[in-house]
Amino acid sequence: MYAFNYHRPSSLDDAAKLLSSASDGKFLAGGQTLLPTLKQRLASPSDVIDLTGIPQLSGITVSGSAVTIGATTRHAAVAASAEVKKAIPALAKLASGIGDPQVRNMGTLGGSIANNDPAADYPAAVLGLCATVHTNKRTIAADDFFTGMFETALEEGEIVTKVEFPIPKRAGYVKFPNPASRYVMVGAFVAETADGIRVAINGAGPCVFRHTEMEAALAKNFSPDALKGIRTDPAGMNNDIHASAEYRAHLVGVMARRAVEAALG
Amino acid sequence: MTISVTMTVNGQSVTREVEPRTLLVQFLREHLGLTGTHIGCDTSQCGACVVHVDGRSVKSCTILAAQAQGANVTTIEGLAANGQLHPMQEAFREHHALQCGFCTPGMIMSAIDLVQRNPNPSEETVRHELEGNLCRCTGYHNIVKAVMAGAQAMRG
Repeated sequence: MYAFNYHRPSSLDDAAKLLSSASDGKFLAGGQTLLPTLKQRLASPSDVIDLTGIPQLSGITVSGSAVTIGATTRHAAVAASAEVKKAIPALAKLASGIGDPQVRNMGTLGGSIANNDPAADYPAAVLGLCATVHTNKRTIAADDFFTGMFETALEEGEIVTKVEFPIPKRAGYVKFPNPASRYVMVGAFVAETADGIRVAINGAGPCVFRHTEMEAALAKNFSPDALKGIRTDPAGMNNDIHASAEYRAHLVGVMARRAVEAALG
Repeated sequence: MTISVTMTVNGQSVTREVEPRTLLVQFLREHLGLTGTHIGCDTSQCGACVVHVDGRSVKSCTILAAQAQGANVTTIEGLAANGQLHPMQEAFREHHALQCGFCTPGMIMSAIDLVQRNPNPSEETVRHELEGNLCRCTGYHNIVKAVMAGAQAMRG
């Protein structure tokens, strides 16, 4: 790891100021992606700004219509929350399956979505539930947030503060983890929301995406059978040593059907 | 540039001047001489370096010492009390839950965390919860047996 300066501000304003005054600053949340990246010398920030000292960024609140989770809330806290389990069980289940217990004890929601790893879990829930991402500057709709591989709509110095997940009528999340790394090879988050049916696919392509053909089929008939015969085009799917594009495209259908089954309980 | 980091390790308050890039595992091993916490893979996968930070198991190779500022840290050296092994350590000894022993400190720290959250785990739960700990000797059979026995002993 290259040397850097470390800061732990206690307010959002201070964090933003530290970033803008650094020659190459990076925000640190749980560090479960950033620290391995630094250790491999894939990044060499001049300043690392730890956001976990900002009290308002952490915590879970559940209202009648939404579950709101602070950006530095750890995966383990979401997985163990009785309120989240009751309001959106699929979200608690997703959080309980990220990485391993030690990663869940450090990793955060804000870090996961700001990084937007194609093989991350949380982006599927944010997009599948039509969540709203709150930052220190504005709110961003899920459909506008994830813009590409490791790319988001966040501007330089913009900090995710919380994510508001509308409570769906029902939802399910199923993933096929890589047998070695446990990262998502293909996952599907299916939800019946106030905005209609949403199907978010992660792991398969360079960025989480909505499967509109499946959404239309499920809107007519919310059952696994409704997805029979829907083929996913392998063009544009990830193709690497872990799985070919064709295999991933096939898994999209399998995971989506299982996610519908999970949503139906 | 160095920064001053203070934390409580195994019940004792410690302060060291360290480079900001110092990992918690380096802080424990190199600055405090607590070499019971092992570095296996150094890529956040193997779990040999698991310690407890404020009661939660974490991989100490994937957290900066600075992030543990003010925290309460427990390592494998902090488990035994008054010359008596912790019930989970005793269970690992009793069930011979090790071959080379390299993964053992991390396995025990993860096992204690899992039992604290789940006092009566099923075998399936134990196997799932140990997902972040690798045993290169593949000695999982006795490890799982030991964790089940250790859980029972911790329930008292």
